[in-house]
Amino acid sequence: MEYELIIGLEVHAQLLTRSKMFCACSADYASASPNTHVCPVCLGMPGVLPTINRKAVEYTVMTALALNCSIPEASKFDRKNYPYPDLMKGYQISQYDAPLSHDGWLDIETDGRVKRKGIIRVHLEEDTAKLVHRTSEEGESCSLVDANRAGVPLMEIVGQPDLRSPEEARQYLIKLRTILRYLGVSTGNMEEGSFRCDANISIRPAGSDVLMPKVEVKNMNSFKAVFQALEYEAGRQKKVVGDGGKTVQETRGWDDQRGVTVSQRSKEQAHDYRYFPEPDLPPLLLRSGWVSDLRDRLPELPDAMRQRLVEQYGLSSYDARLLTSSKALAVFFEECLSADGPGLPVEELRRRAKSVANWLNGDFSRLLNAAGLEIDSQKVTSRQMTEFVSLADKGAITGPAAKQVFDEMFATGRNAAEIIAEKGLALLDNVDEVKRIVGEVIAANTQAVLDLQAGKQQVLTFLIGQVMKASRGRASPQQVKEFLQEELGVK
Amino acid sequence: MKLSREEVLHIATLARLGLTDAEMEKLQEQLSNILENFEILQQVDTNNVPPTSQSIDLQNILRNDKEAPSYPQQQILANAPRAEDGYFRVNAILE
Repeated sequence: MEYELIIGLEVHAQLLTRSKMFCACSADYASASPNTHVCPVCLGMPGVLPTINRKAVEYTVMTALALNCSIPEASKFDRKNYPYPDLMKGYQISQYDAPLSHDGWLDIETDGRVKRKGIIRVHLEEDTAKLVHRTSEEGESCSLVDANRAGVPLMEIVGQPDLRSPEEARQYLIKLRTILRYLGVSTGNMEEGSFRCDANISIRPAGSDVLMPKVEVKNMNSFKAVFQALEYEAGRQKKVVGDGGKTVQETRGWDDQRGVTVSQRSKEQAHDYRYFPEPDLPPLLLRSGWVSDLRDRLPELPDAMRQRLVEQYGLSSYDARLLTSSKALAVFFEECLSADGPGLPVEELRRRAKSVANWLNGDFSRLLNAAGLEIDSQKVTSRQMTEFVSLADKGAITGPAAKQVFDEMFATGRNAAEIIAEKGLALLDNVDEVKRIVGEVIAANTQAVLDLQAGKQQVLTFLIGQVMKASRGRASPQQVKEFLQEELGVK
Repeated sequence: MKLSREEVLHIATLARLGLTDAEMEKLQEQLSNILENFEILQQVDTNNVPPTSQSIDLQNILRNDKEAPSYPQQQILANAPRAEDGYFRVNAILE
């Protein structure tokens, strides 16, 4: 039987505020010793008074607006009660029936098609403390609590269960993170835990609207893990049903090492959060003036920027998508194109844009990933990039030499012209010299020459490669090909 | 309205309280009394009173996103029954 997947994602993103959600402790705890960013408020001492961080509210509303949500006039915080050692107060301040926003959407692209996916709500809450598990020297195991993270502003984005494949889920997450980064409201770093995702997944016979028990999958620490966990879970559920069994509603944890999900039926404790309005926090009134001010503060978002890059620079939609997948990359691209000053003729601008996009989306992105660097921590300036591209475009160096120069420029941050001069990589435009090298290669490869003359066309590529190597990438491959064909009398 | 023994037990479990039989009986009585008092309050006609979750007439009490020094670690851990390497130490929590 054909099954379809019903996937909904819940994303938690820490907000990039300086202070915590309800107190003035620093929210930047990354390299702090345990329990050094803590005060009586985030420790949950009796008698303290929490106060709402304005910026956290604004970041959440901006995110909600970017996700096309409605912003109600009134919102409030509630207490969600559950006992767990990572919850200092015994309850989490969250939002229950009056969230800051509801009913939005997000466009994703898979299989070359744009699909609109629903957002149920974006609301605001506080993060919990961090637990460290340890076994003492005597073999006694215990848990250690660090409250530095307790009370850090946490935004929850709840998606509609309208994702139909692990790939859609992955694209949804990538798009969502890109938007958060464009807004500058979260680092979106999944490995560091500032961007977390839980998934609900169930299957049902294709085309039916039967509701099958949903499984909540947790503990996925990368986009890849989300994709793999959902693939695995879909397969597992299909097999259970295919074998005549029934899936059960449960929570399962993703085991990244083994590549499986494992049931976490720790305790069959019915969740009874006993939500009630937080009496210490007066409600929020989101007056229209405030919301429209926040709307005005929204930066250009990825889809709009992509569209603009296509219109302004004549880029393909594909190139523009790659460039705008990172705000820093898109900004760097535009810097490269304005480094020559404005007033480039349109045709020239578009040609230049295409070249810059090719290098940025190609070698530059590859080297950046390989080195684990960000745009602002790598060495090449937009001016250097522009100089390099214009040298490569006007044929001052060959394609293979350009790659060498680019690698060197990326590694050292030196100017392209300097590298070309020092390494002697300028185009070999002395025809006699090229012919001399071609002659040497022919003499040294008699068997290959015979094969070529006997009709083995692919040998030509080999011989061109040999000449390119002997010239250290400086000869023009086109010219080399012509000379070889001429010399050997082959077409 | 009288709370059942099971209901009191459920509340105790949620609050992580272990109760003796005597305590259980006492709380069953006292909690029931509280509920009964609310039943009396339910008789007030509130048809023309808008619902509220607040007893004070305030909105939008916000603070600016400024940090201030936290407490010294030693002071934070001062009341902890058990501490270790700057952490609160608790019984092992199974993942």
